[in-house]
Amino acid sequence: MSILIYAESWNGKFKKSSFEAVSYGVDLASKMNTEAVALVVNADDATELQNYGVSKIISVSNQSLKEFASNSYADLLKNIADKEGTHTLVMLSTSNVNSFAPALSIAWNASLATGVIAEPSALNPFTVNRKVFSNKAHADVVLSKENKVLVIAQNSYGVKENVVSASVEEYSASVVEANVKSEKVEVSTGKINLMDAEKVVSAGRGLKAPENWTMIEELAEVLNAATACSKPVSDIGWRSHNEHVGQTGKNIAPDLYFAIGISGAIQHVAGINSSKIIVAINTDDEAPIFKAADYGIVGDAFDVVPKLIAKIKELKE
Amino acid sequence: MKILVCIGHVPDTTSKIKFTNNDTEFDATGIQYVINPHDEFTLAKAMQLKEKQSAKLVVVNVGLVSTEPTLRKALAIGADSAIRVNLDPKDSLTVASEIAKVALDGGFDLIMAGKESIDYNGGMVPGLLASINNMPFVNAVVGLDIDGAKATVIREIDGGKETLSANLPLVIAGQKGLVTEEELRIPNMRGIMMARKKPLSVVEPSATETMLEFTKFEKPEAKAECKMVSADNVEELVDLLHNEAKAL
Repeated sequence: MSILIYAESWNGKFKKSSFEAVSYGVDLASKMNTEAVALVVNADDATELQNYGVSKIISVSNQSLKEFASNSYADLLKNIADKEGTHTLVMLSTSNVNSFAPALSIAWNASLATGVIAEPSALNPFTVNRKVFSNKAHADVVLSKENKVLVIAQNSYGVKENVVSASVEEYSASVVEANVKSEKVEVSTGKINLMDAEKVVSAGRGLKAPENWTMIEELAEVLNAATACSKPVSDIGWRSHNEHVGQTGKNIAPDLYFAIGISGAIQHVAGINSSKIIVAINTDDEAPIFKAADYGIVGDAFDVVPKLIAKIKELKE
Repeated sequence: MKILVCIGHVPDTTSKIKFTNNDTEFDATGIQYVINPHDEFTLAKAMQLKEKQSAKLVVVNVGLVSTEPTLRKALAIGADSAIRVNLDPKDSLTVASEIAKVALDGGFDLIMAGKESIDYNGGMVPGLLASINNMPFVNAVVGLDIDGAKATVIREIDGGKETLSANLPLVIAGQKGLVTEEELRIPNMRGIMMARKKPLSVVEPSATETMLEFTKFEKPEAKAECKMVSADNVEELVDLLHNEAKAL
């Protein structure tokens, strides 16, 4: 009756989200008086997970799992869950997890809850809280089937360090053939990935022209943050569509979000309202972004941002 | 080629969200409903495929009669016909099971849905229905090309893109990027007139299985008032972010 945690890796490396999944699963196992078991696929160093409290790790190395297909990952997780005799599987929301979680729920005959933001509020019936209406509301949902898959929202639970020593069991999995074929993968390197970023600096039409993003990029650099933009800015082509955060763009949940020259239309707020701290800088003191923000400055970005860069540099020294 | 596009009937983004019946149900009073924003991108892409490859385009929704205006809007945009499965669905599995049956019965080659609905945000229906029908599935799709019985699909991945190939029948979950914002379709007067005469068939539900039960809704606690700092005192903001918010 253990808890199985899928700790995803990218080219063999874990990310903060992998540790967040482990932290959630370990706490859930302790609440349910059972053991937490982590599953890793093609990870360079599975033992890294023992820093987050998991004492048993199943490690799968398989060339055919280097390319992702929902059906093969769903089949793998179902087989390992059955082998372990577990009924509860914990994963964290990423591109690949969101892709194969539904297939897993069908293959394993499991209840699937996505966007989960807290530990279960009750175990019988098994009830979790999740985001609905673009985080304008939360809902309690009961997972009615015996098998359960929980997909935790990014940066909603946090990472908890807890050093233990773990046993690693190599498992040689037979993998069902992928029903899609990967032809080409393009991943931008060097830049901080917006979905993983702990801090995000975002700007809107208030910046007036694309060349004015130099100061936004500089602020992002001193903060070690990713850059983002509002929808109008990506629609005009000042910034790439990959940077658009909002309802139809990326939905992000960083620890710190700067909205600079962004009025804060409801569609924008829907994509950023899971951020822990929101800072707004806008010339219009009635801009709706101030309703969503924790800290605000009414002022001109061209005046405020350079000062902000200087003060943050001072702080870091 | 036969394309099935799933149309979500959701509260307009600007709606004030309220609950009723002791916070166990969404309160639809006074709510304006629209096509789910992500579905607008898949519908526009399906229209391009229809025009280029003379595909037949059917739209589907699982809902009561109140969702028909939303389906009519999709017909006005250019779909050939619509199917409504007559059920007020309780969870994603119910919706997916019903659409999976419509997809099989109609012999569709391509089933397209938005990556998630902006009401319940589950993001599950497209993947569930693909698995129920044992069809390949690609999520978060930003590019799609069909050549005969083969599809080339581009999906968004963490930090980049991946190009895949798959055979039809195929299920994709689309999002912005599948077409550009300018390529979205707005119904014109002629489309609206024609939509009135296009077939909208109602089929009775057959699925019985559910996996989730929504028991209670709540609004998150209201945020504390935004702390305002003077533009002449940026240092104070840095200090607050460092010492109070512990975010720097």
